[in-house]
Amino acid sequence: MTITTQKPLVRIEGLHKYFGPHHVLRGIDLTVNQGEVSVVIGPSGSGKSTMLRCVNLLETISAGRISVGDQLIGYREVNGRLHDLKVKEIAAQRREIGMVFQRFNLFPHKTALYNVMEAPVQVKGKSKSDAKKAALELLDRVGLADRANHYPAQLSGGQQQRVAIARALAMEPELMLFDEPTSALDPELVGDVLNVMKDLAKSGMTMIVVTHEIGFAREVGDRLTFMDGGVVVESGDPREIIANPQHARTKEFLSRVL
Amino acid sequence: MDHHQAGHAAPVLNDAVPVRHPGRWISAIIIVGVLALMVQSVITNHNFRWDVVGTYILDVKVVQGVGWTLLLTVASMVIAIVLAILLAVMRQSDNPVLRYTSWVWVWFFRGTPVYTQLVFWGLIAVLYPKISAGVPFGPELFSVDTSTVITALVAAILGLGLNESAYLAEIFRAGLKSVDKGQTEAAEALGMGKGKIMWRIILPQAMRIIVPPTGNETIGMLKTTSLVLAVPFTLDLTFATNALANRIYLPVPLLIVAAIWYLVITSLLMVGQHYIEAYYGKGVDTNLAPAVINPAAAKAAAAVAPSAEAEPSLKMEFPEEEAK
Repeated sequence: MTITTQKPLVRIEGLHKYFGPHHVLRGIDLTVNQGEVSVVIGPSGSGKSTMLRCVNLLETISAGRISVGDQLIGYREVNGRLHDLKVKEIAAQRREIGMVFQRFNLFPHKTALYNVMEAPVQVKGKSKSDAKKAALELLDRVGLADRANHYPAQLSGGQQQRVAIARALAMEPELMLFDEPTSALDPELVGDVLNVMKDLAKSGMTMIVVTHEIGFAREVGDRLTFMDGGVVVESGDPREIIANPQHARTKEFLSRVL
Repeated sequence: MDHHQAGHAAPVLNDAVPVRHPGRWISAIIIVGVLALMVQSVITNHNFRWDVVGTYILDVKVVQGVGWTLLLTVASMVIAIVLAILLAVMRQSDNPVLRYTSWVWVWFFRGTPVYTQLVFWGLIAVLYPKISAGVPFGPELFSVDTSTVITALVAAILGLGLNESAYLAEIFRAGLKSVDKGQTEAAEALGMGKGKIMWRIILPQAMRIIVPPTGNETIGMLKTTSLVLAVPFTLDLTFATNALANRIYLPVPLLIVAAIWYLVITSLLMVGQHYIEAYYGKGVDTNLAPAVINPAAAKAAAAVAPSAEAEPSLKMEFPEEEAK
């Protein structure tokens, strides 16, 4: 599929997450190599979205460590003691990590073009003309060049999600996180979004994809991780796991979604 | 499907007898009748003294009063809006001291009558004859008489503005809360800082919710300015017309003069509000069905390199210029 150098980009080690008394993540370990597409599946409530949100600190980390590249996410380690990063430092880390949400979360008061231009201009300080040129190229890449001047409310769900992907790519991240990107879409719109994601995978982007699309996992996934009850039940080659799941829970889940 | 329709004549439309609504007619006749009686009495009743209304509607004192009333309204609303944004953001802060300060501010200024607050600001010079700045328990840096800084106008604006800020803070808070949490998350995920998220993402969307009640408050403020005689500030529209009425012993026509001016200003404010609402509703409230696409932009976007596409259109314009 993709040529993966065996250099790890994302390391999740012993990740725990509590929401009040609820122990949602119970020790997650996951490594994603550079250029790899890591697909995470599991029943709702299994903690897969929470894990993904921890990677760019939309959720705080209760225990464990996450590193992306050579950066420890959310902390600075001084003499073996962790110190919280400042808001500005967290923002800087997030610039390297693109995120696509289930509900798109496009900015409704800005056109598709300005959604994509917003962060490069405001965060990276790019000139408007450079940002516009890059944004139009990205919109073309996701097949929406002719929708540049549309507001999100004028776009279908699938188009909105593709704009959201272009918006994340505009920051030129080294890692892309997808949080159930097709779950809120009408079935006939899922394909367009998946095609954009497949192209992105082929271009060598490192991706963590939380999804229910088993077909996508089989076709472009380099690794498939099945989560349930806040733990990783099974992780390995997608085609092997889908064809021959080792755990009863994996078998049961796959039999229900396939 | 197409040939199916094309093969037949146009359908005969149903010519159904509509339901009659006699109630609508009766109520309309009653209302129009009552209105006609009122108009007739307003015109024929000489006690209204329309001639006096005509004399004083553009009186210098009245027009100046309109100016002062407008100044009081605008200045106190500007102060109130700035404070309200600050208070609403403080209320959402992680810092408990800021949160409680905001809460106490709203509690106090909303909980006491605006009239009382205006009297208080008028008396501030009695409480604190001098305003001075300096190091606590240390040397004094400068000192001025309070009455020279807090004039009646300043006292009136402060009193109205601070009181209004408490109400507006609640409106702004509701507006900020109405914006979906996903918007903040999306902006955070793009690496935007807190200030940028507030100013560029959250506040513009919150404005849709904030503008209509703020327009309401502005119109309310226009009329609350008539309380500034409590300071006492004595140049506003209500005071000016009252003074004239007392001089000529004709209160009714001068009340009408004041009412006409308040209505005129309110109408202008409503026009302004309409445009502000339209501005902040773009992308959401505007008619979204037929999207107007700039064909040139779409073309440029279709080409991977937009600059290459821009050149032919430039060349197209040269022959025209030469022809001239």
